[in-house]
Amino acid sequence: MPVYPALVAAGFRRWSTYRAATAAGALTNSIFGAIKAAVLVGTVGSAGAVAGYDLQQAATYAWISQALLAPVSVFADDEAARRVRTGDIAVDLARPVDPQLAAWATDLGRAAYLFLPRGIPPLLLGVVLTGLSLPPGPVPYLLGACCAVLGVSVSFAARWLVNLTAFWLTEIRGLLLLYTVLASSLTGLAIPVAWFPGWLETLAHATPFPSMLQAPIDVFLGRATGSEALRLIGVQLGWLAGLLLAGRVLLGAGSRRLVVQGG
Amino acid sequence: MAEDRSAPYRALLGSRIRSQLSYRASFAADLLANVGIGAGEFVTLYVVFSRANTLGGLDVWQACLVFALANVTFAVGDLLLGHVDNLPTHVRTGTLDAFLLRPLPVLTQLATSDVSLKRIGRVLVAAAVFAVAWPHTGVELDARAALLLLVAVVGGTGVFTAVFVVAGALQFWLLDGKEAVNSITYGGSNAAQYPASLYSAPLRWLFCYVVPAAFVAYLPVLALLGEPGPAGLPAWLGWFSPVAAAAVWGIALLLWRRGVRHYTGSGS
Repeated sequence: MPVYPALVAAGFRRWSTYRAATAAGALTNSIFGAIKAAVLVGTVGSAGAVAGYDLQQAATYAWISQALLAPVSVFADDEAARRVRTGDIAVDLARPVDPQLAAWATDLGRAAYLFLPRGIPPLLLGVVLTGLSLPPGPVPYLLGACCAVLGVSVSFAARWLVNLTAFWLTEIRGLLLLYTVLASSLTGLAIPVAWFPGWLETLAHATPFPSMLQAPIDVFLGRATGSEALRLIGVQLGWLAGLLLAGRVLLGAGSRRLVVQGG
Repeated sequence: MAEDRSAPYRALLGSRIRSQLSYRASFAADLLANVGIGAGEFVTLYVVFSRANTLGGLDVWQACLVFALANVTFAVGDLLLGHVDNLPTHVRTGTLDAFLLRPLPVLTQLATSDVSLKRIGRVLVAAAVFAVAWPHTGVELDARAALLLLVAVVGGTGVFTAVFVVAGALQFWLLDGKEAVNSITYGGSNAAQYPASLYSAPLRWLFCYVVPAAFVAYLPVLALLGEPGPAGLPAWLGWFSPVAAAAVWGIALLLWRRGVRHYTGSGS
């Protein structure tokens, strides 16, 4: 098997071993989904349609965002930073595979696995509690799947970039927390970006965060169709290229600084 | 005599607090990050009220009081006992066995093993929201209001500390389940921030009678405002958050004792 598909499969298998933790995560995602759906539906109920969302779409938004939360990994992880700190990154650099592409492939495997046990339960709870408002026909789902894969990829590229700052800042816990705080709001995880007041919406769209979660949800909800869906995919591709390139430059600069102690 | 017995805990706590304050830059960064978490939580409320005039029957200032009370009590609870759900780490590294050998209760040792002062950041955000919102609600700060607030803060903190102990105790059985207990700890905190009138019947039941999140902020605020409360949730329940806290503490201590007995050690 070619190396990168093998890494995707390895990422999938690695995550599939944490069964109890995954089930626990699915429960938490579902409970948060129910609270979020109540808040979003309550807002639409009080204000009338908000930014074009009716009651059913607001509830569906809550459930889809909870389903995508774990695969997209809105919250920062410190996997690459740990490898930098411990010096394991030197092993990655010595391997005959590109470290960035290898990490990306593993992350796609992780996301593919997590969608099943952590994505499906919140959607099922949504069907039971509020019903889901989903577009008819296969096209939004195919485009949505593309958008979701790109969303995972943009998220990976951004997290990798933040993690690599560990070459310079040995302690990046604060930075990762800041990333998580920004991502939790600006990806549209808590509330759709289209609901934001103008200034905050403009700010959000100046960052890659809406490309991670808001874009795939818009396509799955059938709010972005045809050329609008293609435009969102174009924006995602732009952020992905930019972030991957920045990650590449940072890895190059970091590895030149890297001093590995023998032993 | 009583003072004698608390001496070891005071010594432990003092050392924990001094250790956190000794790396000033790192502490400042952690504090700032916690201000960020509180502000991030507030964004949701801000966005909702940029769109709607009321949420679950409350206007923006009243909803701010619910948000502030829920956040103050959760953050103080988290500061005091939030680390108890790190139990699996203590099991894995063997520190729990060390706790069991000492002639002090395990829970008290675990409680004093860490007090995350950085959580004060979130308390500060919530206190600021409260101070700004209070004058706009038109509620007079008389003796009744002051007493109700005191009851709410003490009761709410009691509820969240107890929920953290339940979450910690459950880990004796679910060693891989830290995320499952997040649904009652962080989930409870998230639920407490909004008017319980928003929730559908099963969810309202869950966050009123299983994890008494509605007692923490929503019901006391209704009592403060002199509102009757929605069907099935009379506002006078707002005075009873210490009772809810006592009930959860009772369950927490029972579960904790059974958990400690159930524990067999990791053998390392």
